[in-house]
Amino acid sequence: MSNLTEGFAAAFRLLFGFDADLWEIIILSLEVNFAAVVLSCLIGLPLGGALAVYRFRGRKAVIVLVNALMGLPPVVVGLLVYLVLSRSGPLGSLNILFTPGAMVIAQAILVTPIVTALTRQIIENLWQDYREQLTSLGSSRRRAIPTLLWDGRTAVLTAILAGFGRAAAEVGAVIIVGGNIAHHTRTMTTAIALETGRGNLALALGLGIVLVTLAILLNAAAWMVRERSMPETALIAANR
Amino acid sequence: MEAPSILPLALENISLRHDGQQILDRINMLVARRRTTVVLGPNGAGKSMLLKVAHGLIEPDSGAVRWSGLPGAAAHARQAMVFQKPVLLNRSVLANIVHAVRLQGVARAKAVHRAHTALDYVGLGDMAVRPARSLSGGEQQRLSFARAWARDPEVLFLDEPTASLDPAASWSIEQIIVELRREGRTAILSTHDLAMARRLADDLVFLHRGRALEAGSAEQLFADPKTPELAAFLKGELHW
Ligand SMILES: Nc1ncnc2c1ncn2[C@@H]1O[C@H](COP(=O)(O)OP(=O)(O)OP(=O)(O)O)[C@@H](O)[C@H]1O
Ligand SMILES: [Mg+2]
Repeated sequence: MSNLTEGFAAAFRLLFGFDADLWEIIILSLEVNFAAVVLSCLIGLPLGGALAVYRFRGRKAVIVLVNALMGLPPVVVGLLVYLVLSRSGPLGSLNILFTPGAMVIAQAILVTPIVTALTRQIIENLWQDYREQLTSLGSSRRRAIPTLLWDGRTAVLTAILAGFGRAAAEVGAVIIVGGNIAHHTRTMTTAIALETGRGNLALALGLGIVLVTLAILLNAAAWMVRERSMPETALIAANR
Repeated sequence: MEAPSILPLALENISLRHDGQQILDRINMLVARRRTTVVLGPNGAGKSMLLKVAHGLIEPDSGAVRWSGLPGAAAHARQAMVFQKPVLLNRSVLANIVHAVRLQGVARAKAVHRAHTALDYVGLGDMAVRPARSLSGGEQQRLSFARAWARDPEVLFLDEPTASLDPAASWSIEQIIVELRREGRTAILSTHDLAMARRLADDLVFLHRGRALEAGSAEQLFADPKTPELAAFLKGELHW
C-alpha cells in the first residue's frame, strides 16, 4: 500500500518537477507515434479510398485481409521488422535497427491497416450516395477519392485518432526493434515494462499517468469530432 | 455555346431490368435542339431511370443512346444534371460550385468567378459562405441548379426540379428553366406535375410502367391523348 502512495507521490514529483529523463521519454514516444501515424495516413488514406471506389477481382479478399491485419499482434510485427532490419536481414544495410526510425516503421505497420480499413468503410458509404452526382459532374473514380476524403473528414479524423491510440499503447513492437535504449529509443510503454521489473516505480507510474491521460485525451478528441459532425449528419438525413 | 451541338439526342430501344423488374421497356425518344422536352408520368414510371440512362449514369441492358456525331465521353462534358435528390458536398455553397467547375479543368480563380456568377443567377449570391447543407430544401435545389449551370452545359437533365418546393420556389425555378432556353440550352425534365408540364413542354414523352406510351409535340398530346392511360392521367385519374 505504502509502495503505491509513495510511488504516486514520486511520480508527480518527476512529472511536475519536469524531470529531464522522464520528459525525454514522453517526447520521443510522441514523436515516434506521430511519425508512424503520418506514414500510415500517407498510405492508408489513398489505399482505403481506392478500395472503396474501385471494383476489381479479389477486392473482397483484400478487404478481409486488411480488416484482419488490424488485429496484428505487436510482438509479431516487432519480430518481423527485427528480422528484416537485422544485420543479416534484407534491409540490414540500412543500419536502422535499434533506432527511432525502426520503431516508426514497426508502428506504421500496425497502424496502417487500421487507417486503411476504417477509411475504406467511411468512403464506401459516402461513395454510394455521391457516385451518380460526382460521375455526372465528370469526376473520375480516381479524382473522387480526395473529394470523398475531404467530405468525410470528421469521420476520417476519428479513424486517424484510433490509429494514434494503437501506436501510443503498444509495447511489443517498439521494445523489439527499439531495444529500450536509454536516451535513444526508450518510450513510455517500454520504460514502464522494464522499469517496473527493476523496481523504479516512480518513473513507471509517472509514465503510466501520462499514457492514461493521453488515451483519455484521444478519446475525448474523437468524441468531440463526432459530436461536432452530428448536426451535419442529422441534416443530411433530414434531406433524404 | 458556339461549339457544335451535341443534339439531337436519340434513345433507341432502351430497355433496363432490375431484380426481374422491367424498369424501362423498349423506349424510343428524340430530343431536338432548343425544345424543352418533358418526361411525364406517375410515381415509379421510370422517369428518373430514363434520365440517368440518357445522361450516361446507368448502362441500359439493351438499346443505344446516340448524341449527334459525338462519342459518349465528349458529349457527357456538355451535359449537366440536377437530381431529384441533389447531393451537395459537405462544404460551403461556393465551394460546391467551384469543385464542379474545377472538374472541367478550369483554373481556380476563374472557377471562383464563375461560381459567383452562377450563385447570382439563381439568387443565392449572399449565401456563398454558408455550409451548403445548412440551406433549406428550396435553396439546396437552387444551388444544385447553379452548380449545373456553372458548367455551361448545352443539355440539362432536370429530374423533378420543383417537387417538394413551395409555389414561390417552384415559380423561380420555372423562370430559370425558361431562361435556359433563351440562352440556347436544351432542358430535358421529368415531372408528374401536369400544370408545370403544360407551361414548359415543347415536346412530351408520357411514361407509364417503364413504357413510353405516347411521344410528340406537347400541344398535340395535351389536346388529343391517344391512349386511355394518358387521357386518365390528364384528368388526374391515373394514379399508378
Ligand atoms: N436502385 C434501384 N433498384 C431497384 N429498383 C429500382 C431502383 N431505383 C428505382 N427502381 C425502380 O424502378 C422503377 C422506376 O423508378 P424511377 O425512380 O425511375 O421512377 P420515377 O418515375 O422517377 O418515380 P418518381 O416520380 O417517384 O420519382 C420503380 O419501380 C423503382 O422501384
Ligand atoms: Mg424520379
